[in-house]
Amino acid sequence: MPTLDREALARLADALAREARERRCFMEVCGTHTMVIARYGLRQLLPATLRLVSGPGCPVCVTAMADLDRVVSLARRPEVTLATFGDLVRVPASGTTLAAERARGADVRVVYSPRDALRLAAEQPGREVVFVGIGFETTAPTTAATLLEAEQRGLTNFSLLSLHKTMPAALRALLDLGETPLDGFLLPGHVSVVTGSECYRFLADEYGVGGVVTGFEPQDVLEGLLTLVRQERPAVAIQYRRAVRPEGNRVAQGLLAEVFEPCDADWRGLGVVPGSGLAVRERHAAHDAARRFGLEEAGPSREPAGCRCGEVLRGVLDPVDCGLFGRACTPGHPVGACMVSSEGSCAARYRYRGLQTAGGAA
Amino acid sequence: MCLALPMRITAIEGSTATIAAEGLEQECSVLLVPEAKVGDYVLVHAGFAISVIDEAEARETLALLREIGELGEAGEDEGADA
Amino acid sequence: MSKGDERVLLGHGSGGRLYRDLVREVFLAAFANPVLERLGDSATLEGPRRLAVTTDAHVVQPLRFPGGDIGRLAVAGTVNDLAAAAARPLALAAAFVIEEGFPLDALRAVCESMAATAAEAGVSIVTGDTKVVERGAADGLFITTTGVGEVVTGHDPSPALVRPGDVVLLSGTVGDHALAIIAARGEFDFRLEVRSDCAPLWGLVEAAVTAARGAGDEAALRFLRDPTRGGLTTVLAELAEESGLGVEVDEEAIPLAPGTRSACELLGYDPLTLANEGKMVLVVAPGAAEAVLAAVRATPYGGDARRIGVVTDAHPGVAALRTALGTRRVLDMPVGELLPRIC
Repeated sequence: MPTLDREALARLADALAREARERRCFMEVCGTHTMVIARYGLRQLLPATLRLVSGPGCPVCVTAMADLDRVVSLARRPEVTLATFGDLVRVPASGTTLAAERARGADVRVVYSPRDALRLAAEQPGREVVFVGIGFETTAPTTAATLLEAEQRGLTNFSLLSLHKTMPAALRALLDLGETPLDGFLLPGHVSVVTGSECYRFLADEYGVGGVVTGFEPQDVLEGLLTLVRQERPAVAIQYRRAVRPEGNRVAQGLLAEVFEPCDADWRGLGVVPGSGLAVRERHAAHDAARRFGLEEAGPSREPAGCRCGEVLRGVLDPVDCGLFGRACTPGHPVGACMVSSEGSCAARYRYRGLQTAGGAA
Repeated sequence: MCLALPMRITAIEGSTATIAAEGLEQECSVLLVPEAKVGDYVLVHAGFAISVIDEAEARETLALLREIGELGEAGEDEGADA
Repeated sequence: MSKGDERVLLGHGSGGRLYRDLVREVFLAAFANPVLERLGDSATLEGPRRLAVTTDAHVVQPLRFPGGDIGRLAVAGTVNDLAAAAARPLALAAAFVIEEGFPLDALRAVCESMAATAAEAGVSIVTGDTKVVERGAADGLFITTTGVGEVVTGHDPSPALVRPGDVVLLSGTVGDHALAIIAARGEFDFRLEVRSDCAPLWGLVEAAVTAARGAGDEAALRFLRDPTRGGLTTVLAELAEESGLGVEVDEEAIPLAPGTRSACELLGYDPLTLANEGKMVLVVAPGAAEAVLAAVRATPYGGDARRIGVVTDAHPGVAALRTALGTRRVLDMPVGELLPRIC
């Protein structure tokens, strides 16, 4: 496995400085890329000609307020044990958070894997265990597999609230907005483990924008950027070849098709993007929390006053340029999701900010 | 999105594998990677292995990184076609 | 949310920003006095003998974990708060809140652990209190320990004494205790080689004081603090904030146990924000730094001690980390509850 190699990094940074002659703007669309870039201060290694912006790659951040309110409504039911990834616990819903609900008596459990939620259901047959399925194509197969296991084992008290979203349609919607001229994408490494790279071909073919499926070590990111810089014409390539195949993971894709069907999804920042969500199919309705609990269709979302997460998520507003950033909105008192989620652009910029002295601006 | 760690498979029983990283051991499901075998490195996300890491590609990435460095050092006027 | 409806959150107990806010807004506001306002780990009292006093509540779950138990934690935690004031522990008091139905054998085991740890630190538990509450009201057992110590130095180690050029030492690996607890809770299904580092550190601090005296000036030992809840980043951020100076540490110099690295990558934790119960941060004047480091390394719990950074007049009030790539970023106190990053 590539480990941190300062020399290789230095050479990659030099190559970038030499070869990125024209001004280019690249976007990354994966929360883990946002984190790695901020954690290692990779922007400090890039030449001034290269601008790297964050897009809608944090699944928590792009979850609409109305969907978060549905999660809270489930948590408030006395018979429900709500199992969730840790990322969701502090995200602001309308006037509350899951942490606040827990303080008021809601049964909210943080889990590492959807299978942990299944274990809770098996251990507590008297409770309704609902797992909040958040995440893109990396995570959706794991919840799909878990739902099927619940069926096989007859765990009728386990259900899934699917808030899963898929990337390609969102990228299309983003480009259709035409707000920022983008010269290329760093494409999400682990989403692509599942989807493969073919699903991004339209970026090059229809929009003339290249994309490189990139891994998560600092070397990977710099190599991904260099590959984009070197593309003579827009194309989709894989830098993360040790984990991603062009066809993706067929078994995972099969599970997705078995359990889910495409639906419209509401993305903070993009609005409703047709066909970009995953809904549990009718034949698995017994384990679909939305049907089981008669959840209303999520209505329109209302953002907190002054919150500009939507613009940050589209890559048109740099977090530091938001009036609330670092003042009314900090990790301690977050206004919007981008500041709470550890993969959110604002949180990454704030927590891993460089030093504002000569020799170290983030 | 997508925190996933490369871990080595030390045992497989059915669709559950025992996986290890330095100082750490746990189980994960290998349902999504039926081709995985003991000794393979897999990417583990949320309790599931999602990909078998291709060691040859991993080594090639390292070699490529070195190559980029060497070509880069060869001259000032490198074009974008190396 | 109206003010009347505000609740205490788990995050308020985690040692980071939320915790500090609670202390200021509720406790300081009510108890206001100059000694408390210093918000040190222990309070030094004026008088013919310079005494330090400190108190800690211990609510760990599970009660036993690899490397220790609530008893060892209770004694070590209080001894270490005194040690951070350069105070030799003189006496401990322990108050027990026990849940009805708690097995006596388990209680005896906890007390044996406390006695052994106290003996190690050369101190006794001289008084105490016991209350029993109804089943369900106390999570098994809560222990509050109060300690009194005598400051052995002529000065009080404090951020105010720190100067640019001072060396930052860390007595060993970080993140061990928090991860041992997480693993022991069994919420995440993994087996970790990491054990809690829970240990009394008076011996280590005494060795540091002796070494500083030997190097010419005991006041070279400028500042001491144990990185418990909130981790190393909290201590460094507090040091920078309270001293008004900059602190810069080197990521590669910070020792981590192998299992710590893996577990943190798997769960998305930053090891620098995780709690420790047997570590000390020491800030030492440059002239005595090598001698103090050598002395600490020679103690039973200081074998992995390293120089990790330096105090600087660049970026005043800010603690910074130099990453393995040579880039730099700011170290903040973590906000609140530790949540694993997964998706």
